[in-house]
Amino acid sequence: MATLLQVNNLKTYFNTMAGVVKAVDGVSYHINEREILGLVGESGCGKSVSQLSVMQLIQTPPGQIIDGEVNFEGRDLLKFKADSTEMRSVRGGKIAMIFQEPMTSLNPVLTISQQMMEMLELHLKLDGEAARKRTVELIELVGIPDAKVRINDYPHQFSGGMRQRVMIAMALSCNPKLVIADEPTTAVDVTTQAQLLEVMTEMVNLFKTSLVIVTHNLGVVARHANRIYVMYAGRVVESGTAEEIFGDPRHPYTISLLKSVPRLDEPRRDKLTPILGMPPNLIDMAPVCAFRPRCAYHEQCNHEGMPDLKQISDGHYTRCHLDIKGEVK
Amino acid sequence: MNSSPDGTLLEIKNLKMYFPVQKGILRRKYADVKAVDDVSFTIKKGEILGLAGESGCGKTTVGRCILRVYRPTAGQIIFNGQDISSLPQRRLQPLRRKMQLIFQDPYGSLDPRQSAGSIVGEPLKVHNLCSTENEYQERVRELFTIVELDPEMTNRYPHEFSGGQRQRIGIARALACNPSFIVCDEPISALDVSIQAQIMNLLQELQESLGLTYLFIAHDLSVVRHISTRVAIMYLGHIVEITGWKELYENPLHPYTKALLSAVPIPDPFVEKKRERIILVGDVPSPLNPPAGCAFHPRCSLATDECRQSVPPLHVAAPDHEVACIKV
Repeated sequence: MATLLQVNNLKTYFNTMAGVVKAVDGVSYHINEREILGLVGESGCGKSVSQLSVMQLIQTPPGQIIDGEVNFEGRDLLKFKADSTEMRSVRGGKIAMIFQEPMTSLNPVLTISQQMMEMLELHLKLDGEAARKRTVELIELVGIPDAKVRINDYPHQFSGGMRQRVMIAMALSCNPKLVIADEPTTAVDVTTQAQLLEVMTEMVNLFKTSLVIVTHNLGVVARHANRIYVMYAGRVVESGTAEEIFGDPRHPYTISLLKSVPRLDEPRRDKLTPILGMPPNLIDMAPVCAFRPRCAYHEQCNHEGMPDLKQISDGHYTRCHLDIKGEVK
Repeated sequence: MNSSPDGTLLEIKNLKMYFPVQKGILRRKYADVKAVDDVSFTIKKGEILGLAGESGCGKTTVGRCILRVYRPTAGQIIFNGQDISSLPQRRLQPLRRKMQLIFQDPYGSLDPRQSAGSIVGEPLKVHNLCSTENEYQERVRELFTIVELDPEMTNRYPHEFSGGQRQRIGIARALACNPSFIVCDEPISALDVSIQAQIMNLLQELQESLGLTYLFIAHDLSVVRHISTRVAIMYLGHIVEITGWKELYENPLHPYTKALLSAVPIPDPFVEKKRERIILVGDVPSPLNPPAGCAFHPRCSLATDECRQSVPPLHVAAPDHEVACIKV
């Protein structure tokens, strides 16, 4: 499979009164064509900021992309200014985004058709009639009944799940190469979540795009993602195929995270095994292993400094000084 | 305590909570949102009843009715043998000592201008539980220790704490007046994944060591399974199934429970890829205009004409297993 997007050593820092927050600190990853990628981590680990950096949607100041490369279709997107014509044609055209809260990312005073047709007219240069036809098609594809009538409704007339379907249709409208879904199912219920994930994977196959699912929920990516990157404190700590991450996790954080959540398919435990402590403050982080204070294996570890990404097998990497094999089950 | 002989601490009988919807300049009532519609269950002392369902199903409203934040439209709430469903505020005050609430949002539920110590100590003052300042300080420090917070931090303000620590402050406040019953309303859903297990364990330990009784409201079915003694599933204001935790997860009977369980993702690609999923069509209907008959019938694969006729009552389908479906 050919590589679609290659991000190298991305660094996005935020200057605050308290100091420099290294939200994304040297993150590298790639996405292959027609692949579903999971990006997992808890709030504040930099998973969203890394995606917004790719799209150059970081507010400057306070944020700033310090360093890195975003190679997409043979060009480094970071060479272009955020408001350049090139970036404008990438955003929404070549790379589209689906956000967590569809109510705040849709314009409440415009109908669905007005919002979708605007994109089609801008990126694909369709005229009014063709754009409307395409809008109806897309809305039908994502499973909204009575599409011809519903496209004239306003966002508030849709339920949460339906609104997220509109967002999916909108993201796909200009045949993007890549769709980035930032916590797409966090604001909805489990039954709706299952519906939306099915729709998204169907659409990815139909439109032959790649998809990045950014989430804090390990379960969400287990079923659909081909490969997974686990992030902690602004860095990638482990990457590999879904089978490797869940079946043979090698980073203490991944191992502890998998152990700490109750699962429906295993016998009920007396107590959960929590990860002690709390996520670190990213202000002026020293170049050390950020997980060390919470690490269950820290007694075995007498290494100082930041561990490098270490190859376990082809495509499976972990950022840990030790050689740990996690007993997950 | 004067709990009834069979150990029942709380009994809910035919609880209804309707919120009127008004229209026009005369604010005439034109409809009711039937948030809770004829719900009955009991909780025994020392039990944890998990109450699960999707947003808008009325699970939080049930919790708030029990605590008499709302005055229920109809039905009885019998706490410790006393019907509290229509008690006036004045007579509720002493009862509030016995029943407390842990909130979902650890950010919104703590007063940002009050120090952590005074947040935790406020119930002690309201209920006059300490006679001297010394005793008060001692108790606050003790509460901090119970929830595994450093007692030296009583003078700090909520913004100086992390989400998990704030939730601990909320728990300490709920414990301050030695309640026997606590409504935990989504206590971990606003927390980071790596913090959730800490708070779950704390709630569990407190329940065991202090002999507490919980109504544990959550939408995450794997969390409910982990902590509950019994589980009730709600859909659109009704309880559709209620039984012991093991029975519910091993032998779910209601089609909605089955769909809900199959939609919970399991963090394991090997299991997930083999798993059959029941994908429900459509959305939860509006409680303003619920479907006739069984509220679930528009999304149910078993639905027939019969289901559209009347609301199915909860009936005993197996020992200690009640379900509201005429097909099982």
